[in-house]
Amino acid sequence: MLKGGVIMDVVDAEQAKIAEEAGACAVMALERVPADIRRDGGVARMSNPAMIKGIQAVVSIPVMAKARIGHIAEAQVLQSLDVDFIDESEVLTPADEANHIDKFEFDAPFVCGATNLGEALRRIGEGAAMIRSKGEAGTGNIVEAVRHMREITSGIRHLGTLSSTELPTAAKNLAAPLELVRDVATRGWLPVPLLCAGGIATPADAALMMQLGAEGNFVGSGIFKSDDPERRAKAIVEATTHFNDPERVAAASEQLGEAMPGIEMSAIGEDARLASRGW
Amino acid sequence: MKHLGSVGATGLEVRLPADLVGIDGLILPGGESTTITMGLDQYGLADPIRELAASGVPVLGTCAGMILADRQHLGLIDITTRRNAFGRQLASFEDEIELAGVGGPPFTAVFIRAPWVEDLGDGVEVLAEIQGHPVAVRQGNVSAFSFHPELTADDRLHAWFVDACRSRISPRSVIQPE
Repeated sequence: MLKGGVIMDVVDAEQAKIAEEAGACAVMALERVPADIRRDGGVARMSNPAMIKGIQAVVSIPVMAKARIGHIAEAQVLQSLDVDFIDESEVLTPADEANHIDKFEFDAPFVCGATNLGEALRRIGEGAAMIRSKGEAGTGNIVEAVRHMREITSGIRHLGTLSSTELPTAAKNLAAPLELVRDVATRGWLPVPLLCAGGIATPADAALMMQLGAEGNFVGSGIFKSDDPERRAKAIVEATTHFNDPERVAAASEQLGEAMPGIEMSAIGEDARLASRGW
Repeated sequence: MKHLGSVGATGLEVRLPADLVGIDGLILPGGESTTITMGLDQYGLADPIRELAASGVPVLGTCAGMILADRQHLGLIDITTRRNAFGRQLASFEDEIELAGVGGPPFTAVFIRAPWVEDLGDGVEVLAEIQGHPVAVRQGNVSAFSFHPELTADDRLHAWFVDACRSRISPRSVIQPE
């Protein structure tokens, strides 16, 4: 149960301890944070199992890890390591350009990224237990996460306005399973938690996403690429918890040092956009 | 929250001590006990919650909330818990359990990285056990379950808790701030 919490990207046991002590409700173990993956280029793959085990050994909170989109064997390896959640992630280089993992084949729960409601429902239809926005990872720019969260939540509200006769066409247009479309129209929300990921760099970014409907925040490069990771991690937890309390968000935002360097979307070519990975 | 609404109660989220004023019952929900414990310390919630429980207000801890209520944490109930006793996420399971004092068919209880009760004092009543380990206990106004009652459609446990809150309050004895 990770609702209302912050899940932080960490690359070693030391960072994992800092994240846990700062109040993270889970950590995402990965080899390089997205900002470095973006900078280094090449093929980004599942993390080294030894590193994941090292992190599991030092924290008591859940440990998540990323598998490439469609990479069934990486997911099997992560499950065998007893990770608490597998992120089938566009931040890594996709292994399959047409298919995602059949997540019902696994006992470990999966989180998947989505840019809109249709994509979210396709992932849930494949067995995802949690959806997160994709944002544009490693940019320190919140604009894409905002776009994705608004796409998903306004899509949900729209379904709620349709009659039962109109839902099959809505499902066709969303390219999503009809049963899930009916379910979302009735309950007014996804059947799984919806979190934000991709671009959170400041406490105010975290508060913004919670106000837009996120049930928790993933923070990747934003913490360990900043001046003072420990303090920034705590501040982002504080802002996620008290997202409706601007005075607390303000207090948390003081004396943090520099945030990670940001990248304007227009400076990233279409080819270099991570959010467009996934189908 | 939805379950509380469906059994006629109003659910509020507690983030700060001021949020505790005037409530008729307190649920310590599931989550990560490491993370929640830090929040309790940081926002000065521990002592006000202890006072609330001591005053007789019904308290229910579920999953991580059971851990928070134990001797090592808030000390609301005379139990020692073992964290992640059933294992990590992959060891999560569902089981049918009978709960002493709550009628009807067995509950489907969802256990996720769940604790169990390792040791308990004489005053603690065991309401349910799994594999020989207590997973639902009560001592006076404080109850603790190691599973997640909010994850199934069954709202009998919420009704049971809200009844306990109702039976304690009357229109003239609403809790006042100190």
